[in-house]
Amino acid sequence: MTTTVTEPAKTLEKGFVGQSIPRKEDKRLVQGQGTFFDDVRRHGMGYVHFVRSPYGHAKIVSIDVSKALELDGVYGTITGDEVAIHTDPFFEMSVEPGGNIKDYALAVGRVRHMGEPVAAVCAATRELARDAAELIEVEYDELPVLVDASEALKDEVVLHDDAGSNVVWSGVFDWGDVDSALAEADHVVKIDKLHFHRFSSTPLECAGALVEYDKGTGEWTLTCNHQMPGVGAIWMAPALRTGIDKLRFVTHDIGGGFGNKICLHPQYVVLCLLSRKLGRPVQWTEWRTDQHTANAHGNERWFLDVEVGVMKDGTMTGFKVKALDDCGAFPRYEPLGCIIWAQVTPGMYGWRNIRVDFTQVCTNKSPVSPNRGYSRMQHLWLTERIIDIVAHELGFDPVEIRKKNYVQADQMPYETPNGCFYDSGDYSTALDMVLDLIDAGSIEKRREEAASRGRLLGLGIGSTLDSGTNNFGQSTLLNPELQFSGNNEAASVKLDIFGEVVVTLGTVPQGQGHETTAAQVVADILGCSPDQVNVRRGHDTWFNSHAGFSGTYASQFAFTGLGAVKGAAELVRDEMIQLAAAVLQAPPEAIELSEGFARIKDGPPEAALPFMALGAIINANNAFLPPDFNPTLNHRYVCRPYFGMVDTEKKTGQLTLTYAMQIHAAVVEIDPETGEVDVVDYAAVDDCGVRINPQIVEGQVHGATAHAIGAALHEDFVYDDEGTLLTANFYDYHVPHAMDMPPLKTGAMESPSPVAPLGAKGMGEGGGGGIHCICSAIQDALKPAGGAIVYDSCNPAHRVWSMLQDPEATRANVSVASK
Amino acid sequence: MTEPVASRTVSLEVNGEQIEYEVPARRLLVHFLRDDLGLTGTHIGCDTGNCGACTVHLNGEAVKSCMLLAVQADGATIATVEGLAADGELTSLQQAFNEHHALQCGYCTPGMLMSATALLARNPRPSEEDVRYALQGNICRCTGYVNIVEAVVAAGGKG
Repeated sequence: MTTTVTEPAKTLEKGFVGQSIPRKEDKRLVQGQGTFFDDVRRHGMGYVHFVRSPYGHAKIVSIDVSKALELDGVYGTITGDEVAIHTDPFFEMSVEPGGNIKDYALAVGRVRHMGEPVAAVCAATRELARDAAELIEVEYDELPVLVDASEALKDEVVLHDDAGSNVVWSGVFDWGDVDSALAEADHVVKIDKLHFHRFSSTPLECAGALVEYDKGTGEWTLTCNHQMPGVGAIWMAPALRTGIDKLRFVTHDIGGGFGNKICLHPQYVVLCLLSRKLGRPVQWTEWRTDQHTANAHGNERWFLDVEVGVMKDGTMTGFKVKALDDCGAFPRYEPLGCIIWAQVTPGMYGWRNIRVDFTQVCTNKSPVSPNRGYSRMQHLWLTERIIDIVAHELGFDPVEIRKKNYVQADQMPYETPNGCFYDSGDYSTALDMVLDLIDAGSIEKRREEAASRGRLLGLGIGSTLDSGTNNFGQSTLLNPELQFSGNNEAASVKLDIFGEVVVTLGTVPQGQGHETTAAQVVADILGCSPDQVNVRRGHDTWFNSHAGFSGTYASQFAFTGLGAVKGAAELVRDEMIQLAAAVLQAPPEAIELSEGFARIKDGPPEAALPFMALGAIINANNAFLPPDFNPTLNHRYVCRPYFGMVDTEKKTGQLTLTYAMQIHAAVVEIDPETGEVDVVDYAAVDDCGVRINPQIVEGQVHGATAHAIGAALHEDFVYDDEGTLLTANFYDYHVPHAMDMPPLKTGAMESPSPVAPLGAKGMGEGGGGGIHCICSAIQDALKPAGGAIVYDSCNPAHRVWSMLQDPEATRANVSVASK
Repeated sequence: MTEPVASRTVSLEVNGEQIEYEVPARRLLVHFLRDDLGLTGTHIGCDTGNCGACTVHLNGEAVKSCMLLAVQADGATIATVEGLAADGELTSLQQAFNEHHALQCGYCTPGMLMSATALLARNPRPSEEDVRYALQGNICRCTGYVNIVEAVVAAGGKG
């Protein structure tokens, strides 16, 4: 592992910020003392099991729960009919036709994907609940199944009668003048079809919750692993016909999320109804097979009729594309995926003329939800495919054409054609760094050596962005009626009676080390050690400070989460200084906070107050303070980034604030007999501005890379024509194991963000760089074997083998018109 | 022909403590450890025996506790992650996990630690390849394994 820092941050004086201090969370987690939701028990709680559809599409004729209810130890059941009586359909974000879809917590009258919950049963033990579920008799009438997005567009079979069409949302985004850009170009490269496949990050801890209902107050407490409770409550409360104050979300440790724990509101509503109906706490832990079949897939997307204008010198003038997004059976978080990609409209390139004709449809597959790199990753994969296909067809060097077309360092901050601002970065230098790490200079020698062993070797590059800190106002580009804009996050910091520094976060970490990085920031501001800072674990709607968009998603903790922590800590710091100045009878500017003391700068050693003294005065010994002097040493701060409003006519605006960058490079070897791909060398360079904790940043790069390698080579949610998921568990859905992962070399640059409170950009999602570079490397390796074009984001052995057998089939997909 | 029994009393040693317990005959060892004994450090990440989050030691060997019934552990000696730092001191492997940032969400960590502890017991100085081979039954979705492998190799070097 190599870490190279080329540009140390100049905007911050680093103390603990910038150091790789070991994580505070680890001590409990390495001893099995973490608390995950499934570890929590309540007296008399019942276990819930969902009865799920075995069909991709069917009418529900009848549901008979009587045999289940006869079983000793069964507490009760719930079906779609009851759900339709006691709840309202979830709020839909789309305009018509998608906005007319009725989505309930359980299937009502019809199932639309395999694994869709149709009933739930609650019993004294997990085993019994499962037994009882077997006894619930559901009669179905099968309906024709749609698993292909293009077929869905025909509307011959319609999933949602209320919508009358399978189209959820469609619209054209047109920036610059793409027709002129194509007309003026020396070459127009056409690509008929590219496919970004379905996969998900499949967190190791499945979803679930323990739900308790308080009959006296009408409040529900959900001890759970929802990663975006602020928005979860916005979905749930109206459906449950209650106020948002009646839903208390509590999280402790969460076993990974990656976006897949954002759309849990349907299951949680069922649990709320069951706990109220049965008068007891109810607990549900999703089974792995259920997570795969019916929780959260990533968005599948087709890119059709791509046309790219290219000048003789390799300068690209613009592109147009029809994007067809498949969101599965219900648009749960959708249609936001129809706009989120626009945060990175030109990718890392200087394209000024872009037209995207975007349509999203429903099919009889699992609903999608945000998945690490959500919606941007798909689009960035397209931009990287365009670059490599253009280079391949017109004979440009993939490195040089990238450098020629990258947004240049001296253009930063750079306004994209749709009004977003890339805040900082030096993409060409980062590319040079990654090529050094992977020793690209020796690639031809390595290619020859591999060829001598009968193997095809290729080098690929994946340049990608990780846009962070979402402007929810972008939703109004899809539906101007929506009342969302901006973003916010809250935190609180207090100094307690014995000098304890206590921090609560609105964020909902799932492994990102927020307790550690927040402690680093607070320690620097208050002048103490991170060990002295107690950052409370998890999220609690009652006790933690939080805001409307609280959660951990969209690569934004470094901006909004830590921005809130910084703001609250500064308020406490200022009061500590005022208090110390009053006690020590010195002007405030003479006071410094350092090593857990407030002291007079360059004063005698006894002119110092330990934090304990400050905390005790305010909290327990305050009678001597004058009436007009009232510090609390307890502050909440809301970080509300400034975006301005989006322009719904032109579809422009600042859709997000920071742009972390990653460039990945892979060397792959292909066995031409089998199509098997081995990643033999791999490097990634990350630039996320100031790194609060470089080791944590590098860990995120590693993790995102593993997800991408898995997705690029193995992980694929494959459906048969009947809508049956063929990869419903870790047997068939192969995620990388220790033996599958190549050694990863990493490098880092720091181009501090001029807009972020700490100069740090969010970076956890990663942007799918590994998918881009492996596709690129496979195409490079296949060059001497027929020159197939990589058209799919997933390339397991059978697909690569097919490309070797019939490269022309993929080449027919691409054409060039030159002047 | 004997009648099938619904439950049975098992007697076993768990983290050094002798335990007798009547368990449903069909209860998985992992559910017995978690739900009956409250040893919730052992986790469940799949339903097919692939993920290894439930790895414990059975008579000194790393096993997946979701692949055994509790009654099969009758008479056995079991060690779980809670038993590693029994005296309050983290083992050198646990320390190495912290120092090398070998965990993020921490959900796979108990299983990783149990598999790696078993490896270090039979091979105190494993190579990177040895470690990768020994951990291939444990899935981690956060780290890409880089720092886990590094931590185990480092702990071996110290051992």
